[in-house]
Amino acid sequence: MLKDITIGQYIPGNSPVHKLDPRTKIIAIVLYMVGLFLVNNFAGYLFVTIFTVGIIFLSQISLVTILKGFKPLLLIIFLTLALHVFMTEGRIIWQWGFLKITWEGLRQGIFMALRLIYLVSITSLLTLTTTPIALTDGLEKVLKAFFVPIAHELAMMMTIALRFIPTLIEETEKIMKAQMARGADFESGGLLSRAKSLIPLLVPLFLSSFRRADDLAMAMEARCYRGGDERTRMKQLVMTSRDYFAFVIIILFLAVSIYSRFW
Amino acid sequence: MIEVKNLEHQFLNPQGGYQQALKGVSLHIGQGEFVAIIGHNGSGKSTLAKHLNALLLPDQGTVTIDGLDIKDKENLWKIRQQVGMVFQNPDNQLIATTVEEDVAFGPENLGIEPLKIRQRVDEALASVGMSEYKNRAPHLLSGGQKQRVAIAGVVAMRPKVLVLDEPTAMLDPLGRKEVMDTVVKLNREEGLTIVYITHFMEEAVLADRVVVMENGLIEMDGSPREIFSQVQKLKELRLDVPPMMELRDILAQDGLNLPRDILTLEEMVVALCR
Repeated sequence: MLKDITIGQYIPGNSPVHKLDPRTKIIAIVLYMVGLFLVNNFAGYLFVTIFTVGIIFLSQISLVTILKGFKPLLLIIFLTLALHVFMTEGRIIWQWGFLKITWEGLRQGIFMALRLIYLVSITSLLTLTTTPIALTDGLEKVLKAFFVPIAHELAMMMTIALRFIPTLIEETEKIMKAQMARGADFESGGLLSRAKSLIPLLVPLFLSSFRRADDLAMAMEARCYRGGDERTRMKQLVMTSRDYFAFVIIILFLAVSIYSRFW
Repeated sequence: MIEVKNLEHQFLNPQGGYQQALKGVSLHIGQGEFVAIIGHNGSGKSTLAKHLNALLLPDQGTVTIDGLDIKDKENLWKIRQQVGMVFQNPDNQLIATTVEEDVAFGPENLGIEPLKIRQRVDEALASVGMSEYKNRAPHLLSGGQKQRVAIAGVVAMRPKVLVLDEPTAMLDPLGRKEVMDTVVKLNREEGLTIVYITHFMEEAVLADRVVVMENGLIEMDGSPREIFSQVQKLKELRLDVPPMMELRDILAQDGLNLPRDILTLEEMVVALCR
């Protein structure tokens, strides 16, 4: 069950999107989000849809993979849709008791749901086409460029988290098996008793994580780690003409989004 | 190379009192030596090892590495670069998400330029025989492979001394052999000074010199032959004796006339067939 966790899942590939510099992708996503939240009419949404589908097509990542990423968010998307559809005042097109659907609500709900869907698609595209290392590297550089003071620390924390997620999953499974061998039951019972049954799992897991953190800190110090100031990187990020081209495209996208709003 | 003089160190134990982990240890280790440190749990081996690259600082006495005093803050990073350290748990010392990035971690911290890091990483991985795994994620490797990556990560910093604190304690026999072969190779071929802390006597046998610690003091110091031929003394110190030494002792008690310094299986075979 824990094997399904796919944080930072990277699908190797050779598409133009894969080859972009991670910094380009991160900045482009921020600009994309701005554009996405600016559009507010059919023409605008049509444009965003075509653009988004085009990027996904370009990345050579199958739609199925991206749709899988929606599973945990389905509830939120439906909730957003439902709240907007039923709660917005306006021209009523269907009514049953206190429940009513308005024209404005329908429009608003679909727009909001689409926004969420596109947002998730594009951000999952980022992790699907970028290796975790490139992603943290890019994030560090981007944050530094915007004078965020703890850029290096954040990136290092992300790297370590990514490194230890599989190790901790393995460990969790080991502890679970050990507790199950002694009669622990993680599967049956109500929500409360299931939550309670997690205590014998979490306590040893936490203890061992602290021990790991301690060991790791010592190993890092022994290898001369002293923060990001004097550090160099083996793999350097290089911007190519491809990246500049991507910037031109995303700025055009932003321009059209703004234009569509005030059209 | 390494000069330890009257080193004392005490820990605050959980009950609130002090516990003397090292009670005046003096030790000289020369360039290119392969020293195994053995001793019972709590004998102070690890505490001693952690002084060698200033992870711990002495309460009394001095430790100098190549003439640099570890108490001097100015020397800290130079000492840590010169004395590489490999720890027991292979999972808890790999930092990056791929093997080559992890090996690059040390050189990156030293601020070396990117192209040279690449070269050092490739060399270090080749020297531990892990080149073909350079793009793997660490958690997909076996224990022995993880430890070899950890060793490569230290070798890439071009240290003069490699301190290994029970690197094989959590490994299976195959992984233990992999790590031991790598360490022996680094000592013989690259001339690295090795300080190897272990519980396994068959590993200590491969060193040039064996130091036995007990209760915060050095109890015995000599070549493996000198040390392991003193079977009774080792047993008093609650230490195992290498299997062939033990066998020789039993056979000798039964009246068989065998030389006192048999260490390996081959030597035993030769002695018995004579």
